Amino acid sequence: MKRLGFYMPIALFAGIVVYLAIGLTLDPNKLPSMLIDKPVPEFVLPAIEGFDQGLSSSDLKGKVSLVNIWGSWCVACIIEHPLLMELAKNNTITIYGIDWKDPPGAGAAWLLKEGNPYTLIGDDADGRVAIDFGVTGAPETFIADKDGRIRYKYIGPITPEVWNEIILPIVEELQR
Amino acid sequence: MIAEIGNFALILGLVLALVQAIVPWWGLKRNNPLLLQVTRRVAIAQFGFIFFSFLILTYLFVTSDFSVANVFQNSHTTKPLMYKIAGVWSNHEGSMLLWVLILALFGAILARPGSKMPEGLRIRALGIQGLIGFAFILFLVFTSNPFDRIFPTPLDGLGLNPLLQDPGLVFHPPFLYLGYVGLSTAFSLAAAGLLEGKIDRIWAGHVRPWVLSAWCFLTFGIALGSWWAYHELGWGGWWFWDPVENASFMPWLFATALFHSLRVVEKREALKTWTSLLAILAFSFSLIGTFLVRSGILTSVHAFAVDPTRGVFLLVLLTLAIGGALALFGYRAPKLKPLGSFSPISREGGIMINNLVIVSACLTVFLGTFYPLFIDALTGNKISVGAPYFNITFLPIMIPALVILGIAIALPWKRGNLKDVLYGLRYAFISALVIGTIVAWFFWTESLVAIFGVILAAWIAGATLTDLANRIRLEGPVKEVLARAIRLPKAFLGMAIAHFGVAVIVVAITGASFWRVETIGMMDIGDTLQAGDLTIKLDKAFLAREENYEKLQGEFTIWKGSEVVTTLTAQKRFYPVRGIETTEAGIKSTFWGDYYLTLGPRAKDGKLAVHFFRNPLVPWLWFGAILLVIGGGVTLIGGHRPARSGSEDETS
Repeated sequence: MKRLGFYMPIALFAGIVVYLAIGLTLDPNKLPSMLIDKPVPEFVLPAIEGFDQGLSSSDLKGKVSLVNIWGSWCVACIIEHPLLMELAKNNTITIYGIDWKDPPGAGAAWLLKEGNPYTLIGDDADGRVAIDFGVTGAPETFIADKDGRIRYKYIGPITPEVWNEIILPIVEELQR
Repeated sequence: MIAEIGNFALILGLVLALVQAIVPWWGLKRNNPLLLQVTRRVAIAQFGFIFFSFLILTYLFVTSDFSVANVFQNSHTTKPLMYKIAGVWSNHEGSMLLWVLILALFGAILARPGSKMPEGLRIRALGIQGLIGFAFILFLVFTSNPFDRIFPTPLDGLGLNPLLQDPGLVFHPPFLYLGYVGLSTAFSLAAAGLLEGKIDRIWAGHVRPWVLSAWCFLTFGIALGSWWAYHELGWGGWWFWDPVENASFMPWLFATALFHSLRVVEKREALKTWTSLLAILAFSFSLIGTFLVRSGILTSVHAFAVDPTRGVFLLVLLTLAIGGALALFGYRAPKLKPLGSFSPISREGGIMINNLVIVSACLTVFLGTFYPLFIDALTGNKISVGAPYFNITFLPIMIPALVILGIAIALPWKRGNLKDVLYGLRYAFISALVIGTIVAWFFWTESLVAIFGVILAAWIAGATLTDLANRIRLEGPVKEVLARAIRLPKAFLGMAIAHFGVAVIVVAITGASFWRVETIGMMDIGDTLQAGDLTIKLDKAFLAREENYEKLQGEFTIWKGSEVVTTLTAQKRFYPVRGIETTEAGIKSTFWGDYYLTLGPRAKDGKLAVHFFRNPLVPWLWFGAILLVIGGGVTLIGGHRPARSGSEDETS
């Protein structure tokens, strides 16, 4: 019996290895949003430089929309940008943008170059509103329903597959 | 072509590591001195090839060879030379090469000619060292090869993250790795000792210098990292209980416990099983830390390109290495017999209690670091454990260790009289209380814990000085006293310096945590902000363009009443190449603490967000850490020679 005690460390270690192995299969980036099915946090954001109108939480009421968190510094945002442009051109869905942690003028310059898919854009230079949204990084996209409640959160660039298989079905469901 | 030579040297290193992992066992079985000779030579040659390969990667970085993917991703032609070199280890592949290089370096030192270590122990340890080296070079070559090419060759590189362009971070990784990879020798020697069945005073005497040197490097590395975070991140703090910080802190705690208990084995031939387990665990936690950082399982923000094969590969490595050593421990440790009696009221008794406390404290850190992972695996919920958990669990657990520290250093080995020892420490105890009262009187704070922290620090310092005074014997002519002080054994002097360093760190942590003053405000030019009895005034704010960044600069004056205390300049920098913003905190260090100021974003109306900290005693923290390193170093070089065995173990 006493001898078995010497095998305690390895037994404990075996347990830890099991957890580490499970941990490897999990994706630490896949965070569920605490805000799902809750109203969007109250916010009023000013316009970015060169634009007249900002974005506030009351703008989100009335129709199903996407709220896209982006920044001119965000490399992955360029990946999803053509898709957002196409959605805006075809009037598939209203897209609102939150320009996250951009220095003054940088967001507008970027939109001038890449094109503007957003109906309204808010300037979240200090990232306060993004914190309320629980944003972990850009790009990140929230689906808001007609009452301005958040129904889904997607982390990372929206590819055509993500759009067709994940986001579009939810949007169609909500628009019904 | 040059990159291919580097790759080839690395693969030769891999082959030699395999030879080093196999030949010793064969040589021991055949009792063939030639094969043992080969093992030692191979260990040194392996280091040579890996060092060559490391030099080549450095050359590729310095000459900006962007046909190598790693150089392209982490360097840029306009970068200063120092950061081109540091770029080698600022990324996963290059830092893994550094890791392997240091492992091979310790192997080569272990194999050096003229070592006094018993040959049986040394050869077995080299074999295990070779096995670890083989596994990690394999990992490097097949999942993280730093010499991979890209085609077509890009014109310029992506540049190094500007946050990492700091002298603190140039030296931080090499020292950190010297520390926790250095613990591999303790691991190998423990496994070798268990295999041989000889965990005794000779063994302990040979292991201790390795642990102590690794501990010194680790202490310095952690302190540099903390210093960097404090100066570069601009969050006003110096320790955040981040998983990556904890990954280096846990091996440090184990190493601290380990070299104390090695002393007990050396002096009293007791705590043998415990010590061998600690030696295995110290390096095991280095390995777990490496896994944690490299596999991406605990990366909190944005782990964009984490390769899942790396995680699996590392987990298999870690399971084999730690599992193998612990299985060996389970099989062999019951056969270790302690010699002599073990009395709780003795130096070894005090060290034992301190060991238990440090290990429990380390386990709370482990639990906090891995708890999110356990919860995720069990329930799928994502949670995070923050600083509050660590502060309320780790710190109280450490308190008894610090109280006992003062008593344990005064206790003799074997058996002591607690009453005598406590009576001998009466001045230390009284002066600690007096200092606590004085601090409470002049700097009253709501928190009694703060006052307790000061008393604790004064107690450790007082007990250390009392012990020092007793050793020197403060009697007779001053000349003789001084002569006795100079003749003090270096091992003792080193211990006293390090323990005094602990006292300095305790008071620094207390001061910086409980007497900190902090204010945030929006300021226009000419505005003032109040922080305790200090007034902060914004004199000047402007935007400017520098060579590779744009900056927003604010210049401030700090007033105390009508007197100027200091001026501070803080910046916010934007680097367009990487799209990254950094904060350059304005810091003014004085003996009693730092004035620390950072800029937030500029609002629409032109006002600046300003965050000001008065961080008392933070410089003491760096000073205390330096005392720890000096103390360890003095003990190490201080002529403390391992106990010699008879002659039968000495074949060389």
